[in-house]
Amino acid sequence: MRTADWRNRDHPSYWAFLVHRVSGLTLALFLPLHFWVLGRALAGEAALDEFLRWTEQPLVKASEVALVFLLAAHLAGGLRLLLIEFVGWRRQAKQSWVAIAAGVALFCALAFALNLY
Amino acid sequence: MSARSETRLWLAQRASAAVLALCVLVHLATMIVAVKGGLTAAEILGRTRGNPAWAAFYAVFVAAVAIHAPIGLRTIASEWLQWRGRGADAFWLVVGAALFAIGIRAVAAVVL
Amino acid sequence: MAMREPELLEVDVWRSGGDAGGQFRTYAVPREDAQTVLDVVTWIQRKLDPTLAYRFACRVGMCGSCAMTVNGRARWTCRTHVAKVARGNRLQIAPLANLPVVRDLVVDMRAFFDKWAKAGGQFTPTASRRDDFVRVAPDTPARREVDAAIECIGCGVCYASCDIVAWNPAYLGPAALNRAWTLQNDVRDGDHPARLAAVAGDAGCHACHTQAACTERCPKQLSPTTSIAGLKRMTARAALKGEL
Ligand code: SF4
Ligand code: SF4
Ligand code: FES
Repeated sequence: MRTADWRNRDHPSYWAFLVHRVSGLTLALFLPLHFWVLGRALAGEAALDEFLRWTEQPLVKASEVALVFLLAAHLAGGLRLLLIEFVGWRRQAKQSWVAIAAGVALFCALAFALNLY
Repeated sequence: MSARSETRLWLAQRASAAVLALCVLVHLATMIVAVKGGLTAAEILGRTRGNPAWAAFYAVFVAAVAIHAPIGLRTIASEWLQWRGRGADAFWLVVGAALFAIGIRAVAAVVL
Repeated sequence: MAMREPELLEVDVWRSGGDAGGQFRTYAVPREDAQTVLDVVTWIQRKLDPTLAYRFACRVGMCGSCAMTVNGRARWTCRTHVAKVARGNRLQIAPLANLPVVRDLVVDMRAFFDKWAKAGGQFTPTASRRDDFVRVAPDTPARREVDAAIECIGCGVCYASCDIVAWNPAYLGPAALNRAWTLQNDVRDGDHPARLAAVAGDAGCHACHTQAACTERCPKQLSPTTSIAGLKRMTARAALKGEL
């Protein structure tokens, strides 16, 4: 049995699927860390501040922007899926939803980055 | 898992997704505004401490995420790692419960 | 007028055998106007190597037997022009993915059709020959859903293009679910609840991630993705009512 390769996968809906899956996976892995950090506030403001100072590093900042992008991408892609599955969008509609989803995600990440730096 | 339970899981994931869509919109907006001029603990806690509206919002957010994320991870594990069956299902149930627990702890930390 | 030297196509064709189960072998085939990929395969078999195994019947896009992987994508070869798919003068022809290879370009379609049966692909009549014809108005919503999905020729292109089929061996696949959707919308059919149960769950419609490779590649321009989304709504409704 042979399996399809990337020549088959190269179409908008597949990329939308892959972005949705990878963003979802990354966000799910990030969540425990996120919760742990916020939980530091139990130990007082100072503990949380200590961590927030650590996030001032350029690399950490860059990954925050990436996370915001992934969150926005997962949101936009998820809305697209809900529309296809529950409203029953057809073929042509799908392609433009991929583009709109990508646009929304980029916009959010940019807005976040502009405020962060 | 039976077709019936799978259908319910799918529904749970879509329902939680709809809730999350609203939560994430609010979360994104808050983040974009909040990071202006740098993040401090005082600023975050000043917004959330003793505020029942934020407390309720984050509690709902955490609950929805604790439903949504493990169902998604379960699917990924079954397709990409071929890890499925009872053991896997039990594991993802525990992951969901754990996520809920540390999530609620985090909410408590910022609102109490 | 001087005869033009015929342009040559360089065609890599998957041949069974050897340790890896098979490999590509390259053939030179004269290029012609309005030449289909199936013409190319036939030319190779007639002129160069009679042992080449492949499958076709109608040559006009009706029977669904000629599907192969052409330059990485599943296509019906009898209605695919070389001019549309060749990269320069190169063509790569392989058997369909996601199905066991019998020999060369021929795959075993059993799993594909067994899954149609599993998805409740048979029509279950509710009337006998003594009953009058059922009148189904063409503009009812259910009839429109059927119309949009009914023209499937069972070529397996969608099945070979769907990653979920490869990742989840139990998955019924786009064609079988698309078929089930047409029957679920058929007012004459008497097996709706059982079929709905058969297409729900992890082997059925809920395994689909709306990648839409099936819809992208279906030569009949059907949208199994849309049909599967319909099944998801139908099963969800039944589950909420406690009927599933
Ligand atoms: S839409 Fe569903 S059935 Fe079609 S290719 Fe994608 S995952 Fe497979
Ligand atoms: S749905 Fe389209 S691609 Fe799939 S078997 Fe039917 S005709 Fe072929
Ligand atoms: S030979 Fe019948 S569809 Fe191509």
